[in-house]
Amino acid sequence: MRKTYINGVGCVSAQNTFDTFFLENAELNHSKTVLPLIIPVYKDFISPVAIRRMAKGVKNGIVASSLAMKESNTTTFDAIITGTGMGCIDDSDKFLKAILDNNEEFLTPTSFIQSTHNTVGAQIALGLQCKSYNFTYVNGSVSFESALLDAKLKIDENQASSILIGGIDEINDYTVSLFKLAGFIKEEIESPNDLLNSTTTGVIYSEGATFFVLDDKKQDSTYAEILDVEINNYLEIEEVEEKIVSFLKSNGLKCDDIDAIILGYNGDVETDSYYKLLSKNTFKSIPQVYYKHLSGEYYTASAFGLWVASKIMKSQEIPEILKVNSIERKEFKTMLLYNQYKGIDHSFTLISRC
Amino acid sequence: MNKGVAITGMGIISAIGNTVEENYISLLNNKTAISIIENILTIHSDVIKVGEIKKTNKELSDLLQLPDDNNFSRTAMLGVFAAKQAIHNAGITSINEYKTGLISATSVGGMDVTERYYYDYLNNEETVKYISCHDGGDVAHKIANELGLKGMVTTISTACSSAANAIMLGARLINLGKLDRVVVGGTDALAKFTINGFKTLMILSDGYNMPFDNDRKGLNLGEAAAFLVLESDEIVNRENKKVLARVSGFGNANDAFHQTASSENGDGAFLAMQKAFQVANLKPEQIDYINVHGTATPNNDLSEGRALARIFGEENMPEFSSTKPFTGHTLAAAAAIEAVYSVLAIQNNVVFPNLNFKTKMEEFNLSPQTTLKNKNIDHVLSNSFGFGGNCSTLIFSKNK
Amino acid sequence: MEALKLELKTKIIEALNLEDINIDDVNDDDSLFGDGLGLDSIDALELIVMLDKDYGIKLVDPKEGKNIFQSIETMAAYISANRTK
Repeated sequence: MRKTYINGVGCVSAQNTFDTFFLENAELNHSKTVLPLIIPVYKDFISPVAIRRMAKGVKNGIVASSLAMKESNTTTFDAIITGTGMGCIDDSDKFLKAILDNNEEFLTPTSFIQSTHNTVGAQIALGLQCKSYNFTYVNGSVSFESALLDAKLKIDENQASSILIGGIDEINDYTVSLFKLAGFIKEEIESPNDLLNSTTTGVIYSEGATFFVLDDKKQDSTYAEILDVEINNYLEIEEVEEKIVSFLKSNGLKCDDIDAIILGYNGDVETDSYYKLLSKNTFKSIPQVYYKHLSGEYYTASAFGLWVASKIMKSQEIPEILKVNSIERKEFKTMLLYNQYKGIDHSFTLISRC
Repeated sequence: MNKGVAITGMGIISAIGNTVEENYISLLNNKTAISIIENILTIHSDVIKVGEIKKTNKELSDLLQLPDDNNFSRTAMLGVFAAKQAIHNAGITSINEYKTGLISATSVGGMDVTERYYYDYLNNEETVKYISCHDGGDVAHKIANELGLKGMVTTISTACSSAANAIMLGARLINLGKLDRVVVGGTDALAKFTINGFKTLMILSDGYNMPFDNDRKGLNLGEAAAFLVLESDEIVNRENKKVLARVSGFGNANDAFHQTASSENGDGAFLAMQKAFQVANLKPEQIDYINVHGTATPNNDLSEGRALARIFGEENMPEFSSTKPFTGHTLAAAAAIEAVYSVLAIQNNVVFPNLNFKTKMEEFNLSPQTTLKNKNIDHVLSNSFGFGGNCSTLIFSKNK
Repeated sequence: MEALKLELKTKIIEALNLEDINIDDVNDDDSLFGDGLGLDSIDALELIVMLDKDYGIKLVDPKEGKNIFQSIETMAAYISANRTK
């Protein structure tokens, strides 16, 4: 059976994650309900000719993918697969506003063209002149995991050796105001902000782009091996443990074999119950990690979660700032990631040391 | 040849019919449905023609027996309608009995709702419920919810090749044993957003679309939803299911030429078709009918024509036709409705006509099949190409 | 005509988001598409809208733009002759 390795990572987020090793410069948030992006110098990565049409999400995607490609030293791919929950919302809004404000007259095509969900994947392919398989997934909080699963299947099928995958989402002011109205984003946060003990519904929102280079061969830059990915549309809280047990069993593993679990705690008191049950019972004796207090929540934030997991696997250390509990472990061989959002789009990702 | 994955059920709603049977009868009788738009108020209504489903949102909502205060976009309603039909057609009564998934496709998503209430949200409490239905994933979530499906659900959005890619992924998941059965397809409703978007690209026709015609002026937008049920042979045998046809080949490639235009040589299309043949383990001469993407834009038909000539050779081209003169270009649903038409072609041994064709394109010697033709059809090739250079090809084969 | 040319340069830089380019960088007879300023078919569509919105000239066939948009010079000449605004 062919194996899938993470050989390069790149991340643009609300923390400085693109010119640091890991989260050594990470800052906690105690006041904002939307975390602003730490913006890279786009001109260092993208030509002025190309940059003029690109919205934030596309630019972030290109930076993150460039970083991942540089690290793994790969420039040709058998597939480019991306995931995005909201797509290119800025260009989409721009075009829609123009339609509504001008009563459908004098509209220009650029923002329409840039608004299609697969723009990031398409722009990357254009830049690399890559004619290979190119898919974009748009399904809430499993958008990224769908891309990851697809990539792993490609390698399993012997249809690819080198794949670029990524999760991208962008946010803008109007969307934030709508999400606040709908109760998705917290109106305010308690200070100091303690995500794990939040008593209110809603999340702290953000945006970002995280890319990975997957290969069927190990190399010096290898972070971890992807063992398996599973997606479930809906689970009751009580069903999650059973599903995890079954997922691990199909990979010849038991809960005891997991050395650390990365959970998508996002501060929404209702749906964080999914994680709390696992934290208190199933995985109470192992190191537990959370990350959305640093990345914020957005549909593809779980890609940041995999970035975190990869870094932990490689360094064999969990930074204090990520710890849910204080349990130590000498060696991290196998890690499980679990994420869901609003009680749906559940994903399990299993990775191992190599 | 590769045996392929069994198709055990289909469901469809388009401008030319609300069931598989109705669509088939329309195709047999040249009953096109390109008309003046009625459900959407747009300043362009007298300079465009569309393949509109003549049902209001209220009518769709009533048909689906949705509660009055629902927050379904039109795209989602069309999707639920077609998906339920497909499940019923496949004889599935207990959706979570086996490892079952849904791979949907959409490009419009909930935009048909968002564009109506965009500025109202902040002032009208009643519209707030629609905020959550804007994103592409909401459509699949709603369909899964209506079907009671708890397993793997995801959505592909690669513009006009989306549904082909959904079918492709579904077939792979069955082949690899990740799923026992999967509902695959796509849905897109008409929206001011896409009407205006395509208008700015100057590729909408003010008349009826004429695929592969030298005087073609552009496309007619349409709306539709279609889903197929794919099942593993193990389930087919265990449940004694009737197999309608098989998905035997598929390929996806990227043109990497331009964000919206296709390369003149049709590289992406060529590579996608080549890949599909590889997977199917078939040769071009074994194809009996090609359902082309054929949107009737100057660019697509030229690019696709060149790619077809490269694969088949101008002299050995099997009968080909675009069914978009019937339905319009239904964007993310296109490949799904055309998959249904490909299966119908196989089941009934018939080639559907490419209507509105008068004059061959001057660039090559290719004439589509312009009348209904009865011939034995074992293998159909179906093309769908989208913005971002996304090119997909599917091959459907008779179950033997 | 000079004022129109200056106006066009400003509008083009703004409409097409050519951040790195100044009005002084654009010569009247520089080729706008291809090798000169490097504009493409999407930019052509943007310019067609600008002709309509700002000068009241409606182009029906995008191919007409090829000659009109060759340079600032040709654009200014065409607009002078055909503007209704």
